[in-house]
Amino acid sequence: MNSGKRLVAGGAILLAALAVSLPAAADELFVPMPIYRTGPYAAGGSGIGGGTEDYFAMLNARDGGINGIPIAWEECETAYQPDRMVECYERQKNEGTKGATVINPLGTGLTYAILERAAQDKIPLLTLGYGRTDATDGSVFPYAFPMVVNYWSQATAMVEYIAQESGGKDKLKGLKIARIYHDSAYGKETEFLWDEMAEMYGFEIRHFPVAHPGLDQKATWLQIARRFKPDWVISRGFGVMCSTTVMEAARAQFPRERLLGIWWCGSEEDAIPAGSAAVGYRTTTFHAPGSDFPVIDEIVKYVHDRGNGNVERDRVGSIYYNRGVLQGIIIAEAMRKAMEKFGVGALSGEQVQWGMEHLDFTLGRIQELGAEGLMPPIKTSCYDHEGGGLVKVQEWDGAKWKIITPDWIKPDHDLVRAEIEKSAAKYAAEKGITPRDCSAEN
Amino acid sequence: MDLLWLYAQALVDGLLAGVMYSLVALGFVLIFKASGVLNFAQGAMVFMAGLTFVSLMELGLHPALAGLATVAVMVALALAVERVVLRPLVNQPPIILFMATIGLTFIVEGATLSVWGSTPKLLELGDPYAAFEVGELYIVYSEFYAAIAVAALVIALALFFNKTRIGRALRAVADDHQAALSVGIPLTTIWVVVWSVAGVVALVAGIVWGGRLGVQFSLALLALKALPVLILGGFTSIPGAIVGGLLVGAGEKLAEVYMSETFGLGGVENFFPYLMAMLFLMVRPQGLFGERIIERV
Repeated sequence: MNSGKRLVAGGAILLAALAVSLPAAADELFVPMPIYRTGPYAAGGSGIGGGTEDYFAMLNARDGGINGIPIAWEECETAYQPDRMVECYERQKNEGTKGATVINPLGTGLTYAILERAAQDKIPLLTLGYGRTDATDGSVFPYAFPMVVNYWSQATAMVEYIAQESGGKDKLKGLKIARIYHDSAYGKETEFLWDEMAEMYGFEIRHFPVAHPGLDQKATWLQIARRFKPDWVISRGFGVMCSTTVMEAARAQFPRERLLGIWWCGSEEDAIPAGSAAVGYRTTTFHAPGSDFPVIDEIVKYVHDRGNGNVERDRVGSIYYNRGVLQGIIIAEAMRKAMEKFGVGALSGEQVQWGMEHLDFTLGRIQELGAEGLMPPIKTSCYDHEGGGLVKVQEWDGAKWKIITPDWIKPDHDLVRAEIEKSAAKYAAEKGITPRDCSAEN
Repeated sequence: MDLLWLYAQALVDGLLAGVMYSLVALGFVLIFKASGVLNFAQGAMVFMAGLTFVSLMELGLHPALAGLATVAVMVALALAVERVVLRPLVNQPPIILFMATIGLTFIVEGATLSVWGSTPKLLELGDPYAAFEVGELYIVYSEFYAAIAVAALVIALALFFNKTRIGRALRAVADDHQAALSVGIPLTTIWVVVWSVAGVVALVAGIVWGGRLGVQFSLALLALKALPVLILGGFTSIPGAIVGGLLVGAGEKLAEVYMSETFGLGGVENFFPYLMAMLFLMVRPQGLFGERIIERV
């Protein structure tokens, strides 16, 4: 036998062996996991991604997945780069029994990079606490879900909180508020809304940009603390910018109790590097910190105790981790909803989108899921892809975050909704989209 | 605070920050002098040294022991770089070595994250927020002492490399690898020494900046702050690194305050040093203290 024939024969044997050894593909629910375990934002990417993966692993180990259909996932490293996000998306969108069911880009810029592709491919994007705010209007953005709270709702809830602390909305008049923000589209996004609210309530607002990555803010804080002298400072950064803001506030002797960060500045990774400077620092949040929840106990029991954790065990219960668990809970529930309508089995992205538009996390349902106190009630629809917009405020006590507003703070829905519809209508006109009639959806 | 004091405060803050920029730039200068290559991995080395140091302290080591152990790690890195990266590339064009250091950056960052994790860590050496006042100027002790320590380190290194045989050997190696070898200069030893010293400088930078920002991946981004310093001060001059650092630090802080106060614009302090560097390149491409560029045509 010459070498060519040997090669052909060998290949045939190998293929035959593979055909015998590989089982027939079983149904699975495939969730691509774009993640960033490297780069400046690795703490966020690994924490959130790890939390979601741990939740899926727990469901697979405890229940065999969703109604017996296992959840499969595959990580793809984006390093928080939009170009890599597009690569990951294209590589993974057709994997699994019926393709990708849902994608969590884990970044606003990453979401923008694939927003239109995902809509075209009918794959829903779940953007938890980030993403495109006007995608709350599901009639224009059927495949984007900026749950549980979008950025604009957060901004109005912050003003509501400041009003509560000041003794009422009428006390807002005359207050001075500085807003220090990441000098990017993400950082600027809420500027117009703050200006609008300043006019509505009579407080003075000044915006202070900080260039990426935000390592040095001395000159900015010099103007904030020594010249403008605000009553409150709003911090809208990400990564190292957040902890630097806290440290510079301390150096400028600005009270940390009056420094109010957004939720992307409210993780352990934002507070710990600031050390004693962070004591008293406050941020918004849309879920609770800590591990004192039955769902976390189950994850520890079925995943970490078996050595199968997707993130270091000492990060279980951290802010990013719990955000990842919440993300997993929402995805799993959307799959259950979809199976109620389309039957038990593998699901397509289009079917999961239907599930995501029909979520109803009542207090009873949250309790059944072991997440009582961890998450707010959420109810989505074609009209509302946000699902509630409820916010709490947490404070760093030197070792951990603790919630300091027992009740959920409601955003100014009227103001936010009007802006969302205006922005979504503009997008629809630019892209030639005919909005769905939500009243006709079921 | 009136405007005069505001600018005075910005100037002081800028000079203190500038000294710390020069520390990062120094690591680049040392390696450039020895190999004629811009070490793209210097920022990653700062991150590696800082995170190793603080992680060892978290494991219970005394700071002095943690410091020594980290120095050992950085020397080991220098040996590995010389053996695996530099030796096979002897006499290759500088661009090849530069590309190799880009690859090295990813390896150093990835290895550090794999070993110590991605969670930022706290490094508090004394009270980082205690301050003293001079008139209306407000100066944080830790930054003041850090600036003095860095200045002392820069002076010591300048003396070491200008007044010793190693310093002369270093300049010869930078000029021409083959020629240096032919006159008996132990090229590989020089490289290990210089990369080790750059590793120690990275450790000092990691501690100083880690105390200011927390020890986290962003320390690797400090390299971006060092580039305009190098262009201003010159890639081959240790005093140039400190003068360049002071110029960049003071310039960016004054520009930030001026633009904000005058035009209501902020966020200029990141690009302003690059603007300064670009203008400087037009009139003096070798930098303030760099060696004059003479090409035979």
